[in-house]
Amino acid sequence: MRSLIRTPMMASLVRDSALVWLASGVVGVSFGAIAVAGGLPLWVPVAMSLVVYAGSAQFSAVGLLLAGGGPLAAAATGLILNTRTAAFSLAVADVLGPGRFARLAGAHLVTDETVAFTLAQPDPARRRAAFWVNGLGLFAAWNTGVLAGALAGTAIGDTATYGLDAAFPAVLVALVLPALRTDRSVRRAALLGAALALAVTPAVPAGVPVLLALAGLVVHGRKGGAA
Amino acid sequence: MTSTTATVAVILVLAAGTYAFRLVGPALHGRVTLPARARELPAAGAVVLLVALLATGALTEGGGFAGWARPAGVLVGGALAWRGAPFPVVVLAAAGSAALLRAAGVA
Repeated sequence: MRSLIRTPMMASLVRDSALVWLASGVVGVSFGAIAVAGGLPLWVPVAMSLVVYAGSAQFSAVGLLLAGGGPLAAAATGLILNTRTAAFSLAVADVLGPGRFARLAGAHLVTDETVAFTLAQPDPARRRAAFWVNGLGLFAAWNTGVLAGALAGTAIGDTATYGLDAAFPAVLVALVLPALRTDRSVRRAALLGAALALAVTPAVPAGVPVLLALAGLVVHGRKGGAA
Repeated sequence: MTSTTATVAVILVLAAGTYAFRLVGPALHGRVTLPARARELPAAGAVVLLVALLATGALTEGGGFAGWARPAGVLVGGALAWRGAPFPVVVLAAAGSAALLRAAGVA
């Protein structure tokens, strides 16, 4: 492991991950601050971030708790949002490594950002290293950010001022672009899925649009497939 | 405000359910042998999910339109990524242009 850390591959993975970590850390700060400023005790955002570790589900759960939406709605909405992690875990299952511990621990690190970053790597060795480097760093950055935000409370301003809400979709664009460019079949499925998701967004609960996007896979693998 | 017991229950249910979803891939891996066509599906499905996430994330907020600054920022980042710009440049340009537009009064 020690020799692995010094390789150029590691250096480039760390460099590319650093901004993802930074952006997530700042979003974590805003999550901690919103939760505490809304009246929840400090341990709620901190514990939730450690054991749930899924940004969008955490925001929606805390939002519903603060708005008086009830614990049932808070848990259900968060779970709907996180069903997509099942599909993501299938996509990275072969990069976690062979051991039972690697699989059990690695599963907890499956997030949108880490999966996108992992799948963007060109070969299996690099994908495995990318998953662990990006995943462990992201876990550290997210939880540190949440703790800092919860301690700072209302002193934090609106993160939208810094354009951070545009950073996350842009990260995903950069990461999926290679797959979209080279594989025509995947491109068709993804565009159809995104159109479906956007069309139903005003009408269905949060988390459902992205799941419906999977229906785009019906056009995957038809004739005219991989380009 | 929700009681402490209910808050703990929300956190635990959400944590257990999310971990169960995340375990689907690692638990099935190596136990089920799929035909070649089905083996490609998880990777394709992940790309489909990610593109839907970025599209809804760039354009919508709480079920409505997110305003112009955010999608404009994402577009700047996407154009740079298309031209082969390094990853940090893409991210900083996206956030920077959204922030500049907002500073200039564009929602």
